[in-house]
Amino acid sequence: MTMLLATAAALFIAMMMVLIRLFAGPTLYDRVLAVNTFGTLTVLLLGLLGFITERPDFLDIAMLYALINFVSTIAILKFFRYRALGRRSLQDED
Amino acid sequence: MSNGLIGVAVIDILLFLFLVLTAIAITRLRNLFAVVMLAGVFSLLSAALFVTLDAMDVAFTEAAVGAGISTVLLLGTLALTVRDEKPVTHSAFLPLLICTIAGATLIYGTLDMPPFGAADNPVQTHVAPDYLERTPVEIGIPNTVAAVLASYRGFDTLGEVVVVFTAAIAVLLLLGGGGRSRRHDDVSDERKKD
Repeated sequence: MTMLLATAAALFIAMMMVLIRLFAGPTLYDRVLAVNTFGTLTVLLLGLLGFITERPDFLDIAMLYALINFVSTIAILKFFRYRALGRRSLQDED
Repeated sequence: MSNGLIGVAVIDILLFLFLVLTAIAITRLRNLFAVVMLAGVFSLLSAALFVTLDAMDVAFTEAAVGAGISTVLLLGTLALTVRDEKPVTHSAFLPLLICTIAGATLIYGTLDMPPFGAADNPVQTHVAPDYLERTPVEIGIPNTVAAVLASYRGFDTLGEVVVVFTAAIAVLLLLGGGGRSRRHDDVSDERKKD
């Protein structure tokens, strides 16, 4: 249990540092990376939470988080590249 | 109180702290892209809080809708508008007052709530034992929540599915279909003129 709590503390310190990067920026890519890392840390925290409460049923929701995190990162980067989500804008085609 | 429960309480407090920090940052930042990113983080944090409250279904919805779809929709909106919020000119006193009153009312409402998770709460003693007893006999599946959703409240769930389906069609019509064909027409018109 001590080991799990120490891991949780380490995760929270990491989350705090990522949040600072997210608030401060300065570039957009810092923020995208920070959001992606924060999602990964949340996945880890949820997995850990299951083992702290001795019911590791939370693992499936942690998996869902991982999937959503991946999809949102792809969407954000696509938004950067094309300035639109559905398809390329007319300027890019011409 | 066991070691694990104290651990969960500390995790709860830290998650709430991060939630408040994120909310303050959302109100302070002027860069709308950063605000969208922070809104996604806000949803992730609230979903994690729902998990610590054992509300798995709510957490699933919050993670899928709040962190996933909302971020994508907000980014799509951001593509159509400016990247920075206009500076606020009017005083923030009245909104602050309203928020404080609403928050104080909500906290006042929780004061006479029964203790969280106690076995003799009204929510555990009213219809829940009835469902737990009847489900194996009447429906014959092990998951009581699924039995309530799909069988006892089947029509209610059907109505919800219809509402969500209609909303999805409406959003798709607004975002995709019409715009695409019109823009293609524009392009072909311009090429004809050329």
